[in-house]
Amino acid sequence: MARRSDLRAIPGFRALTLLCLFVLYAPLIVVTIYSFNASASITSWEGLSLRWYWDVFTGPESGKFKTAAANSFLIAISAATISTTIATLAATGMIRTGRFRARSLSFGLISLPLMVPEIVTAVATLIFFNAIALERGLLSILIAHVVFCIPFAYLPISARMQGIGPAYEEAALDLYATKRQTFTRILLPLMAPGIVSGYLLAFIVSLDDFIITNFVKGAGVETLPTAIFGAVKRGIQPNIMAISTLLLGLSILLVTLSWLVSKSDTTK
Amino acid sequence: MQTKMPETSSQNAIDVQNAVKRFGNFTALKQISLAIADNEFFTLLGPSGCGKTTLLRIIAGFDEVTEGSVRLYGEDLGALPPNRRPVNTVFQSYALFPHMSVLQNVGFGLEMLGSSSTEARECAGRMLELVQLSQFADRRPGQLSGGQQQRVALARALAPQPKLLLLDEPLSALDLKLRKAMRIELKHLQRETGITFIFVTHDQEEALTMSDRIAVMSEGELQQVGAAREIYERPRNRFVANFIGDTNLLEVTVDRIEGARATCHLGGGHALSCEAVDGVREGARVHLSVRPERLFATAEPAGPEALAARVVETVFTGTGITSIVELEQGPRLTLRSSNSERGNRRVFEQGAACFVNMEAGAGRLLID
Repeated sequence: MARRSDLRAIPGFRALTLLCLFVLYAPLIVVTIYSFNASASITSWEGLSLRWYWDVFTGPESGKFKTAAANSFLIAISAATISTTIATLAATGMIRTGRFRARSLSFGLISLPLMVPEIVTAVATLIFFNAIALERGLLSILIAHVVFCIPFAYLPISARMQGIGPAYEEAALDLYATKRQTFTRILLPLMAPGIVSGYLLAFIVSLDDFIITNFVKGAGVETLPTAIFGAVKRGIQPNIMAISTLLLGLSILLVTLSWLVSKSDTTK
Repeated sequence: MQTKMPETSSQNAIDVQNAVKRFGNFTALKQISLAIADNEFFTLLGPSGCGKTTLLRIIAGFDEVTEGSVRLYGEDLGALPPNRRPVNTVFQSYALFPHMSVLQNVGFGLEMLGSSSTEARECAGRMLELVQLSQFADRRPGQLSGGQQQRVALARALAPQPKLLLLDEPLSALDLKLRKAMRIELKHLQRETGITFIFVTHDQEEALTMSDRIAVMSEGELQQVGAAREIYERPRNRFVANFIGDTNLLEVTVDRIEGARATCHLGGGHALSCEAVDGVREGARVHLSVRPERLFATAEPAGPEALAARVVETVFTGTGITSIVELEQGPRLTLRSSNSERGNRRVFEQGAACFVNMEAGAGRLLID
């Protein structure tokens, strides 16, 4: 039995695995390595240097990137905060109110946006903003981000909440806690890992969103991804690789953090 | 609030009157009436799905009765939410708050009742002393063993000094040795605190060892309520006789009832006399329950009602000897004697002929 289920025995298993890993990570590794290139060319290696990182913060384009980065972080923090709050309330409402008729429909509706092609959401959002005559700018970007971040925040939060049995809340009620105290003293702390995980996920998704942002941002308003895209259109400079590497590092950090937090399950 | 209540009901810790609980089409409780006295160790005993946990949840306030009423010391609980009932629960899963220390867990109820945090901590400390866990006050519940968690749950539920403590199969997750030790500890704790305990279990041994009174439940109905001994020695019906301990059931026909005595006969015509029971009339075909330890085998009949039999099997069980015999008329009986009786009672080999005798008052007529 063990033999048959041993995938490693299939011919070419190792080669295929290595190929997959290569395709997935080689571009990232190349960009990371070349971001430390001393050369102004993006293809020829001339030795190790932090020149392009220096350029990102002080070079001719640094002002543009700094503004874009500030916008990106402002939007990501706000969007993550708002969408996590909404997702937490939604999860509490949907999982802690017992069975109701539209329950599975609600679950479907809240996670469906994850499967809708982003370009469709982008176009729809743009048309909607035009229809209600919303001026395009930071606010329109923020609203759009809050909306698509909700399902990302909702998934880890609801998964966490489903893992918390009703007994803790019953025990709190039994020990004279009001419903509000039960929520703040028992349910929220128990849900914290899910909430933090959802927040970080929403933050990352907002931070590196390009398509929707590009549609709903006004002229002259840039976030980091749109600023990078704008710069690349004029030719790939090594400083782009440095910015990309910085973003990659941040993403890895946050995803790792999110994973660590969701793993620290206090209920087991 | 208490003064307008009638004297008789305010003496009971709990008065359940005609309680019915339906979940959709399923009736979990069918018209239950039950009074539990102040300071009593009361057990709800029955197989899973019999409604015992439903009744407990109704008393705790997690569920509401569909019909009927529940009174706590004379006061109708109605739809009072659980946080406003002076009733605490020890949950089957313990439900200790994993993000709080043991001390915070135990002090939680007092804090919610409005005690200052120092007061709550002091009282929680005393409760931990009572359950001998003071040295673990600063640990998280997850760092304790199952038995220790169980005692924390107990301390947490007792700390606010409830009028009534509900225990929902609290020992079921422990191993046998610990379970036996906890039975004695629980009984001791109940006496010491003077709080009325309602204990839910499916374990008949647990019920028999701890309870002042037991209510045997099955399919949403009370089968019998009484002291442990009464339920064991005088079961009302076949369910109770079978559920509590082992028993032999003999089909008999009741011939005559004279005062407190009844005479009946087995299928083969063999006459037996036993105590008369309300609800069993002359001419009724009913079952007679006889506990295995109240039967004994002899080589010669020990009385006029001795039954001729043949030994089918004899098994040594450590503390005793169990024999299975086949009566001449057909049915098989189980006999049990303890090893301490070995000097007095003969052990028969397999296949040997013998007579089976019933101790006086051992036979109990069952109403169904």
